[in-house]
Amino acid sequence: MKQENIKIALVGNPNAGKSTLFNALTGLRQKTGNFPGVTVEKKSGTFRLAGSNGSSDRDVTVVDLPGTYSVYPKSADEGVVMDILANPKHPDYPAAVVVVVDASNLQRNLLLFTEISDLGIPTILALNMLDVAASMKLTVNAVQLAMQLNVPVVKINARTSEGIPNLQQAIRQVVEQTEKPEQKYFYVPKGNEPALIEEVKELHKLDNDYVALQYVCQHDNFSFLAQPVRAKLDSLIEKYEFDETGFLADETIARYKTIKPIVEKSVKSEGATEQPLWTRKLDKILLHPLWGYVTFALILMVIFQAIFAWASYPMDWLDENTASFISWVKEVLPKGVLNDLITDGVLAGIGGVIIFIPQIAILFGLVSVLEESGYMARVMVIMDKVMRRFGLNGRSVVPLISGVACAVPAIMTTRSISSRHERLLTILVTPIMSCSARLPIYSILIALIIPSTKVFGIFNMQGLVLFGLYFLGLAGALASAWILSLFIKRTEPGYFMLEMPTYKVPRWGHVGFMMYDSVKSFVLEAGKVILAISIVLWVLSSYGPGDHMEVAEQQAVSAMPQAPEEEVAAAVASARLESSYAGNFGRFIEPVIRPLGYDWKIGIALLASFAAREVFVGTMATIYSISGDSEDVLTVKERLVKEKNDHGGPMYTPAVCYSLLIFYVFAMMCMSTIAVVYRETHGWKWPLIQLGYLMVLAYVSAFSVYQLMS
Amino acid sequence: MSVRTVSQLQKGEKAVIRSFTDRVMSLKLLEMGCVPGCEVRLDAVAPLGDPICINVGGCYSLSLRLNEASTIEIE
Repeated sequence: MKQENIKIALVGNPNAGKSTLFNALTGLRQKTGNFPGVTVEKKSGTFRLAGSNGSSDRDVTVVDLPGTYSVYPKSADEGVVMDILANPKHPDYPAAVVVVVDASNLQRNLLLFTEISDLGIPTILALNMLDVAASMKLTVNAVQLAMQLNVPVVKINARTSEGIPNLQQAIRQVVEQTEKPEQKYFYVPKGNEPALIEEVKELHKLDNDYVALQYVCQHDNFSFLAQPVRAKLDSLIEKYEFDETGFLADETIARYKTIKPIVEKSVKSEGATEQPLWTRKLDKILLHPLWGYVTFALILMVIFQAIFAWASYPMDWLDENTASFISWVKEVLPKGVLNDLITDGVLAGIGGVIIFIPQIAILFGLVSVLEESGYMARVMVIMDKVMRRFGLNGRSVVPLISGVACAVPAIMTTRSISSRHERLLTILVTPIMSCSARLPIYSILIALIIPSTKVFGIFNMQGLVLFGLYFLGLAGALASAWILSLFIKRTEPGYFMLEMPTYKVPRWGHVGFMMYDSVKSFVLEAGKVILAISIVLWVLSSYGPGDHMEVAEQQAVSAMPQAPEEEVAAAVASARLESSYAGNFGRFIEPVIRPLGYDWKIGIALLASFAAREVFVGTMATIYSISGDSEDVLTVKERLVKEKNDHGGPMYTPAVCYSLLIFYVFAMMCMSTIAVVYRETHGWKWPLIQLGYLMVLAYVSAFSVYQLMS
Repeated sequence: MSVRTVSQLQKGEKAVIRSFTDRVMSLKLLEMGCVPGCEVRLDAVAPLGDPICINVGGCYSLSLRLNEASTIEIE
């Protein structure tokens, strides 16, 4: 008989070691549903459970649910937990729940455990961080705890994988037991709660009191309940005069009263407990009024140095190799339309994505080291007051830093911000942080107008301008947040409340996995967009309405009968482009972008880069009909220098270049970002508002710069 | 003398949680382990004076804003 796949869920407080246990259980057999950030997106993985007593092996699917302190969610990601656990029809509804518990902080951790256990799903308690407890002179008696709680308790050490086989056996026993052991309830409803519970159970065919209570308390968070059902529950709340906030506080206090004697019976303490010494010592430095900020500034500098200086070596290597690969393909394939499409369109576009891999990997590696070590929580603390001035939250620091690599995963990390208002503001301004896709645009335009001279003997002028652009992005993001906070009404007070984890040495395997995973998602997601755009752009610039292109070609040839072959070819390509669909479109929008100093060719590149900014340089290369390697920045630069405007002067004057630079600092030129904002805010309202204000900001700033400088 | 709150603690000073003044906030604090009768100690103050870090029951360190801390009455 083939046994079906077992599903289990991991639940636990943040910092209890839940994700570490998940990695220990599943190894690399795991997948994330989407872009990973440092946030807890729904992750799932599998492991094989060895058979015992003649039964066969079984596969177990583990879902790692977001860390939470209770079943009542405080932020968007925590809401996922009960949305699954209160809905047996959910595809991820588990056969058993493993609650991961931090043994050094048993009382608070058991609150969540008792809530989960009351839901009636078979529960196993994984007792983690016993080593931390031991260092705090605490000994936990697991047998006593199991007797008190009436569930299997397994001692584990998630970081060293100790106790994992025992946990697997416990899981097997729990899911295979034919008779459910008597359930112990940790909260007894009182007053008119039982009557309300009975009515809800009757109405929804539920068999568990606590699930019924959850229907009452958080039906608005349950995606599986339709609007009329919610209205009906609201009317029941009114009928029984049920006071939600009061109930939640009473319930929590009642649970702690039940938990207290359990903890007293199973935990032995020798003397006063205290956090590990080195955590206290490090906090003295890292939260210091002066050294705290100095350390943070140094760490930021290392991150920037890594992204821009160290990453340039693998990036150059990748650049050279993709370029030679493309020219190799061009040679090998038979000449013709298909060859052009594959090399100039598809491969050139993909090459533009691959080059960002080192930056993305390094940034996510470093951010995950900061997270793992426990330092990120300290950054949030020292930045909270600064961020609050602009309507943001200390937790906004992570999305803003991640935004330097890519806004898409950065916006996903905002899920940990519990205040809707602060989260929305963070989402709206994160795309102004200069992401890595802007870097090629900055590089080429800066190289065009800024001399590579030294300032004060150490700083490179070009580097300073680049730094200035990043600073402008940060300042723009904070200023926008402040202005937007005046318009977007605050519906609830923002709150911070953050557990400071003890400092730990990062698990390097996990850091490596985060790097791998972020690169994979980036290449797949961004790759799809760029692939589509480059094909569309290639078609639009290779074909034109009617016979316009042929006519333009003949005119170009007859206009320069004595010129060398190469120049004629370039003129022909340029004339063909101008009369193509893309050229017509560029001409069409030219009046709008003229005040910014741009011509129709830049217009085409702007339009194409609407999909993704990194398309800009590639498009410029295509438009300026450069033969050979379109990713070679130098070639593009040389061509840009020669480009003449309508009056015969150089097209790329400092005014035009600065105008373009400023435009790209602010403009929301990224379809992936729009898509992720749509998904995170559940609608088109905010992505459209964001697109609108950023476009206006970009246009007005670029306009001012151009008009002032020309 | 008026009732003191966690926001008025001096660095290193210990106190016992007595009650809460804000219902919604109290819920979050309870879930974070700040139960009446539990001992807290002010461990650190962020460079700009806010937020603060308190040690809860000797178990762990919790960071919270001053306005959040001011809803916890102590004795």
